[in-house]
Amino acid sequence: MSAGPVLDIRGLEVAFDTRRGVLPALRGVSFEIAAGEILGVVGESGAGKSLTGTAVIGLLEPPGRVAGGAVMLEGARIDGLDANAMRRIRGRRIGVVFQDPLTSLNPLIRVGDQLVETIRAHLPLDRTAAEARALALLKEVGIPAAEERIGQYPHQFSGGMRQRVVIALALAADPILLVADEPTTALDVSIQAQITSLIKRLCRERGMAVMLVTHDMGVIAETADRVAVMYAGRVVEIGPVAEVLRRPRHPYTAGLMASIPSMRRRNAALAQIDGSMPRLDAMPQGCAFHPRCPKAEPACRAAVPLLAEIVAGAQHGEGPRAEPGLRAAPSHRAACIHADAASAAAFLPEAADVRA
Amino acid sequence: MSAPDAILLEAVDAACHFDVSAPLITRIVERRPRRILKAVDGVSFQVRRGRTFSVVGESGCGKSTLARLVVGLERPTSGSIRLHDVPDAEGRPRRPRLQMIFQDPYASLNPRWRVEDIVAEPLVELGLVTGAAAISARVRALLGLVGLAASDAAKFPHEFSGGQRQRISIARALATEADLLVCDEPTSALDVSVQAQVLNLMRQLQAELGLTYLFISHNLSVVRHLSDDIAVMYLGRFVESGPADAVFTTPRHPYSRLLIETVPDVEAPNRDRAPMAGEVPNPIDRPAGCAFASRCPQVEPACRLAPPPLVAVDADTRVACRLVPARADAAGPVAAMVP
Repeated sequence: MSAGPVLDIRGLEVAFDTRRGVLPALRGVSFEIAAGEILGVVGESGAGKSLTGTAVIGLLEPPGRVAGGAVMLEGARIDGLDANAMRRIRGRRIGVVFQDPLTSLNPLIRVGDQLVETIRAHLPLDRTAAEARALALLKEVGIPAAEERIGQYPHQFSGGMRQRVVIALALAADPILLVADEPTTALDVSIQAQITSLIKRLCRERGMAVMLVTHDMGVIAETADRVAVMYAGRVVEIGPVAEVLRRPRHPYTAGLMASIPSMRRRNAALAQIDGSMPRLDAMPQGCAFHPRCPKAEPACRAAVPLLAEIVAGAQHGEGPRAEPGLRAAPSHRAACIHADAASAAAFLPEAADVRA
Repeated sequence: MSAPDAILLEAVDAACHFDVSAPLITRIVERRPRRILKAVDGVSFQVRRGRTFSVVGESGCGKSTLARLVVGLERPTSGSIRLHDVPDAEGRPRRPRLQMIFQDPYASLNPRWRVEDIVAEPLVELGLVTGAAAISARVRALLGLVGLAASDAAKFPHEFSGGQRQRISIARALATEADLLVCDEPTSALDVSVQAQVLNLMRQLQAELGLTYLFISHNLSVVRHLSDDIAVMYLGRFVESGPADAVFTTPRHPYSRLLIETVPDVEAPNRDRAPMAGEVPNPIDRPAGCAFASRCPQVEPACRLAPPPLVAVDADTRVACRLVPARADAAGPVAAMVP
């Protein structure tokens, strides 16, 4: 296994050319994912999380285009490749799982044949060997009675089972990176739990890097090792899940966490972030969050804050989970000039009062 | 305002069955039996005035059909749904008014109508307010109530974000001075920070106007936040009902317990958990015994014989599980069931 990260995104910019001018949708996104690691990419509608995934797999639709930065897969740039070269990488080295399993599968073809087709498109196997591999994949993703199920059509599967088939398709050629875009959003909670635990198991057993794109902080908490929080086309905070969720340093992350109703107690009122995410053609100067931020000050309007390491000395109670193959202490970074203050969680004191 | 604990809405053994059989000729030729989908199969509950009663469950459990029964969009196959009179301004009894708030604020507002026309429609149709000036004033007051500006009245729905559209839906529902709002997944289409805005608004309106909510959701943390009483629904029946605090802190039915444990907890990241195995059975071929038997970790052969009735296990909580003894020491069986 190579020492470097499997996926390394550096300053990725995606822009849309429109009649009204160039709209910057991603404005410098950087993160890495190591082998055997799940990075959750979380944000609200329009933050650019799905767009990041789409740019990584090379499926940006015009007028969207990569306007800057680089996407590196095992050290080699893949963002400038032509469609044919990208097609060989997608499916072979990058597996993809989308939200809706019904639209990811062809309703007219038996799932076994869809698997065999994918396997043979990427691997030099004859039909018998490909069929054996298809069966093994269905078993690996936990489909009961796989010998019978392999000859059935997608409509004969339930939603959760279909998503398992889609995951089996994504794994068909042993990819080193799995990009999963809202893989559990269309599923019920009990089925969602089955799929997230499947993704965790596959990541661990195969040593795959996983980029998990979701709007659901609960899924992130349950599944990811590290999390990148996106807002208005930038990563505003990134770090180990336990750190970011328990001690958010960016006011946006803090507000997001405080606005989630708790399962444990009934609060009088939820903390709310007033307003909504800025539109692409009306990006505020400086920090994009400042119009909604309770801690905004003139300096926030002056310049875009960069992702900076949280200075040690702040409480690091529990260390990140020790994972073999990971660096000793994945860093916790936030893009806010207040991030080093004792707590950037401007929303939290208020919430704490309510809970008391 | 009104007597506490007065019942506003009462369902007694309400059921809603759909005939999903093949056409008659096909049935005769192919000798197939009728197929009945029991979407709601005998539920009883009471909603007290000024309180929030939530029905929670996974897709296909019948919770949306239940909402449609309550607002009269479906007729009960058997059983009854009753609304009890509320006192009017002079203290005389009158029929309560009810309105519905739908899940998708993009589909439930007419894109070609201005907000003022959308909110004014119930006022005009029901003849509640007459005269253009009076209607316009009432619309502006309603918009103010839900946190929108009076100037928003002249805009079209596409000019608003999802959260603001849901505010328009709420303003429209409040236009009739509704007593009961039936909310079917009102925040499921919204981002969490916007969801918080809408949930806070709903709580605030309830406190100000004494509204009663029947709240339908699959999102347990939202239900926890909003509800006074909840019912957990599985395959057309309630498996547990009671005060929200009691059900969330000491769920007694194995399904409620698994459902509550399964929800990802943002306050406890990286938790290792065993997901609930299996899936919801087909409501057309309902199992003979307990519907949850195929997924239940504590299942016994007797569970598959007859469906367990919903019985009181203490003053307020009712559970449909033969492993939970009725009106006994409530903590005992729960502790015993935890592996």
